[in-house]
Amino acid sequence: MEYVNPLTGFRVDGRRPNEMRQLKGEVGVVSRADGSALFEMGNTRVIAAVYGPREVQNRSQQVNSKEALVRCEYRMAEFSTGDRRRKPKGDRRSTEISLVIRQTMEASILTHLMPHSQIDIFVQVLQADGGTRSACINAATLALADAGIPMRDIVTSCSAGYLCSSPLLDLNYIEDSAGGPDVTVGILAKMDKVTLLQMDAKLPMDTFETVMELAIEGCKAIATYIREILLENTKQLEYRRG
Amino acid sequence: MKNQFRTDRLESKPKPRSSSTLLNPCSSSPPPPPPFCRRRRSALFTLPAAARLRAVDLANMLQSKSFVKKTKQGRVVKVVREHYLRDDIPCGAASCSSCDTAARRLGVDAAAILVVDTNVVLHQIDLLENPAIEDVVVLSVVLDEVKNKNLSVYNRIKTLCTNTARRFFVFTNEHHRDTYVKEMVGESPNDRNDRAIRVAARWYQSHLGESAKVMLITNDRDNKRKATEEGLNAETVESYVRSLAQPGLLDLVVVPSSGDVTMEDVEDLRPSKRKVIYSEHKPMSEITSGLRCGIFHQGKLRVNRYNPFEAYVGSESIGDEIIIRGRSNMNRAFDGDIVAVELLPQDQWNESKSFIADDDEDDNEEDVHLVPNSADDAPRNTNSTQSTVESSAASVSSRPVGRIVGIIKRNWNSYCGSLEPMPMPAGSGGVAHALFVSKDRRIPKIRIQTRQLGNLLNKRIVVAVDSWDVLSRYPSGHYVRTIGDIGDKETETEVVLIENDINTRPFSTQVLACLPPLPWSLSPDDLANPNRQDLRHVRVFSVDPPGCRDIDDALHCTPLPNGNFEVGVHIADVTNFVLPGTPLDEEASQRATSVYLVGQRIDMLPKPLTEDVCSLRADVERLAFSVIWEMTPDADIISSRYTKSVIKSCAAMSYVEAQARMDDSRLVDPLTVDLRNLNSLAKIMRNRRCERGALTLASAEVKFEIDSETHDPLDIGIYQIREANQMIEEFMLAANVSVAEKILKHYPLCSLLRRHPSPTKEMLEPLLRTASSVGLNLDVSSSKALADSLDNAKRDDPYFNKLIRILATRCMTQAVYFCSGDLSLSEYYHYGLASALYTHFTSPIRRYADVVVHRLLAAALDIAKLPPVFQDGPQLTGIADNLNYRHRNAQMASRASVELHTLIYFRTRPVDTEARIVKIKANGFIVFVPKFGIEGPIYLTAKGDKGADWVVDEVHQKVTKPGANISYAVLQSVMIHMEVVEPQPHRPKLQLTLL
Ligand SMILES: [Zn+2]
Repeated sequence: MEYVNPLTGFRVDGRRPNEMRQLKGEVGVVSRADGSALFEMGNTRVIAAVYGPREVQNRSQQVNSKEALVRCEYRMAEFSTGDRRRKPKGDRRSTEISLVIRQTMEASILTHLMPHSQIDIFVQVLQADGGTRSACINAATLALADAGIPMRDIVTSCSAGYLCSSPLLDLNYIEDSAGGPDVTVGILAKMDKVTLLQMDAKLPMDTFETVMELAIEGCKAIATYIREILLENTKQLEYRRG
Repeated sequence: MKNQFRTDRLESKPKPRSSSTLLNPCSSSPPPPPPFCRRRRSALFTLPAAARLRAVDLANMLQSKSFVKKTKQGRVVKVVREHYLRDDIPCGAASCSSCDTAARRLGVDAAAILVVDTNVVLHQIDLLENPAIEDVVVLSVVLDEVKNKNLSVYNRIKTLCTNTARRFFVFTNEHHRDTYVKEMVGESPNDRNDRAIRVAARWYQSHLGESAKVMLITNDRDNKRKATEEGLNAETVESYVRSLAQPGLLDLVVVPSSGDVTMEDVEDLRPSKRKVIYSEHKPMSEITSGLRCGIFHQGKLRVNRYNPFEAYVGSESIGDEIIIRGRSNMNRAFDGDIVAVELLPQDQWNESKSFIADDDEDDNEEDVHLVPNSADDAPRNTNSTQSTVESSAASVSSRPVGRIVGIIKRNWNSYCGSLEPMPMPAGSGGVAHALFVSKDRRIPKIRIQTRQLGNLLNKRIVVAVDSWDVLSRYPSGHYVRTIGDIGDKETETEVVLIENDINTRPFSTQVLACLPPLPWSLSPDDLANPNRQDLRHVRVFSVDPPGCRDIDDALHCTPLPNGNFEVGVHIADVTNFVLPGTPLDEEASQRATSVYLVGQRIDMLPKPLTEDVCSLRADVERLAFSVIWEMTPDADIISSRYTKSVIKSCAAMSYVEAQARMDDSRLVDPLTVDLRNLNSLAKIMRNRRCERGALTLASAEVKFEIDSETHDPLDIGIYQIREANQMIEEFMLAANVSVAEKILKHYPLCSLLRRHPSPTKEMLEPLLRTASSVGLNLDVSSSKALADSLDNAKRDDPYFNKLIRILATRCMTQAVYFCSGDLSLSEYYHYGLASALYTHFTSPIRRYADVVVHRLLAAALDIAKLPPVFQDGPQLTGIADNLNYRHRNAQMASRASVELHTLIYFRTRPVDTEARIVKIKANGFIVFVPKFGIEGPIYLTAKGDKGADWVVDEVHQKVTKPGANISYAVLQSVMIHMEVVEPQPHRPKLQLTLL
């Protein structure tokens, strides 16, 4: 299948290889939570809610009491995919993504500032169209910022793939199902450090670097967008407080 | 076990570094590798050097497209897809100043910019490919529709659009903000797409304004009307082409089929013929359900090359070939079509007579042709006199016979041939309806219309098929292009090449870029390589046909102190230069073999490799892959070893030269002694091989002497086989067998071998029938038995034995390449050589099979890694299939080229010569002309004269004229006259008549 039209260079949905889908972010969507956000990358829509820092509920879970315990629960809404299949809670994929999100966010949260406490991140996929992992991390970042959790830097994530001899940014579901390599990267935007790197399938080294660089470019673009949202949000708060 | 180990190691090599090592360890706990990983097929790509990425953009406007689709499990789901619309898509016109100039493809001074609809691309692709049509906008909506409907046309339009010499431009109308249209309520997808095409054409009109004229080309009446109403210029294909005022171009226009009234009128002027000739094809739904419940059987139709009224469908559901007899049962199917077949009732399976009658208008007379080298070249004798009742009743009736009810996938192509001679139509300059006869006899005649009959009558032309109506005896097609004059050597040679699908294009720059820097010379690295042995001090020499420039093989033979000999076979080390996976390798793999025509060679590898770098020429240092044996004077192999080497050949001799040296008893120089030693070893090896039952088959290979200026044949004769030829052949066989054993031991599942199936009883029947008619008893129970009885077949007639061997040869099938994993050990057998294993190792310059085998051998010796393709069974089988296909085509092309030159030779040189009768037919017999290696029919009665004053005696293979006391029997010698005649103008053929 031609995921990149060889004659026009456009992808199936009309994007160029190095273009991202439309982004949309909104904070404060769950009023009960300490912080929350909605994040969209094209048709992929994810909601994140953060509770904490609060007292550790189950002390046995805390490994190091000098640092905050970060917990994450990832779920996919049953209505989020085309075929509304009932998925058991805690399947292997969910467990893995929960772990990935927790570890990525942990790398950014200044846990040592919040000893004896725990932070809970709940992420739910409302609509899945490829790149859910990245969208979850971006939503979690926005929600953590909304909750006022101290962080080193904002973490953003984006994926890139390699199809039809061309590196492609931000794969949608069709492109993702092509079975090609799929590199998901998470970075600390300002510090220019990578906190997450996952890849399915094989790629030669030089190609891999190009694809990864493209994903990092994507992360940076998302970081700029997320900063704009936070800035706008802060301005709104300032305005409301007078 | 060893093989298993190697496979594992190979598997782990190309993996990229694991993800965790690449992480920037900025966090205290680096993210772990994912706990589980979906295994996906590995994908290795190379990225073009163009590197830096543009800054990331966000796409702008968004449209959501939603539709429902059915999943594999049968559930219906709603799919929502994003659809981005943009405003930065260029129009491609050179006259436009507002768009990206880099995308300009359409001409500045274009008379009109043509927007074509889907059906124009689908049906008029031959016209579009003509350079007279330029400045065409292909919309993405059209491209998508074409892709869904016909992949081969899609590939052709794609080639057109990427060809920088043509002015075709693809406009992504579906993603342009101003040209995207949404489906309206109640609008069919077709109507929506037509509207999208009109909207895009209108956009071009307003976008380009006065600077260019935009024209919509469509044959759809409704669409054209709507376009005109909307203020567009719209034309049909025909009216547009007419406006270009190039009458020849109109021939390329495909006239809309059947539904159009004008076509019906010209179909056939005789009203009596206006009847339904073929039955309707069943609708696809019926075929699918019929296949499911076993009423119909699916398979690929293969038409008998020598009898186009008989075809076979290999059916998996039946597990046997279904025979299709006659054009009406073939029901408009072409060779290569995937068809659905219904079996005829069993009592009709044996009616072979009925079909000949309804096809009588096609004369099926045999031409003079080269003597067949195998059963694959020989005409099947289905249509011969009275196929002996007792044998056919036993063998033929058990084979199922069927008729075609539908065509699942067409294999329509374009074909080479010429028009059937016909008088010029009355009002000359008008449209003539002519019948096209393909060179490939499997293809039926094709009806075309032309406005340039006078120009085409004596030409070889290419014609494409468009449709085949039930009312029409022949399919309809259209003229594509002219190759040249009939009978002209260049033209006919090109026809041979096209017919056999032989790639004569020059090698691409990507392929040539893989060549080593030239001039190539041995580097110190080659000598330092521990896997490469320096054999430059050894007295190596080569023996080849005179004038051979691609020398694949060389030999040495050194006496050892213990009385034994060290014998080495050195083969050009082609894989040192052709690395797996490179464009050069891909190209060679596709071409698969060099093709040898009379006075012309089409190379598998670029010339610098074939004639210089790889060729084991005399007095230069060359890389080789060597097989070295220690042999006793009785030619017993004591030890074998294999190594890459460096050699320096001391002499490149021709067979004649080598023979002369051996024969000249005065010569005692070391080289001559080596030759004599080799020759005596070869003789022993040869005898031993024959004792095992290897067949000494006879073929009459023809040799031409070619005028160096006109390239016309000056002399023709049978290629003489000398002892020196046989000597070289013997060592090549031995090397091939040795290598086959070695690679199979290391790679039992992925070795490329060559097998020669034992002929079946049925195949040997013509030979047995001929032999028994002259009182000769042949034992065909095994190759050994056959070889012995061939040896014993001796008569007073000195040529008798050779003749019987020639007849035996044509009963055998050809040897084929295969992948060892696909067959069981007992099927590996090479019947002709009486060898349990065989492969091709000794000609890597001109055969890709040998390249594959070199890689296997190198890997078996731990010199190189086994390329990944060997892990992929289906791909390996695909390579073997392609090798067989190309090999077969190359042989057919060679034969056709020899036949062509034979015809040219006899054009000015009629001769009387001796011939042998090889087959008796109802109205004459087939003779073989030993001197020229050809055979052809001799008619005793005039064509069409069915007066049976000749009586055929099938048992004794004899034809007699009762009253006149004349009779002719098979194998009898007769004097004949050979002459080129032109029964129809410009259709020269070689005619044999009895003196
Ligand atoms: Zn423009």
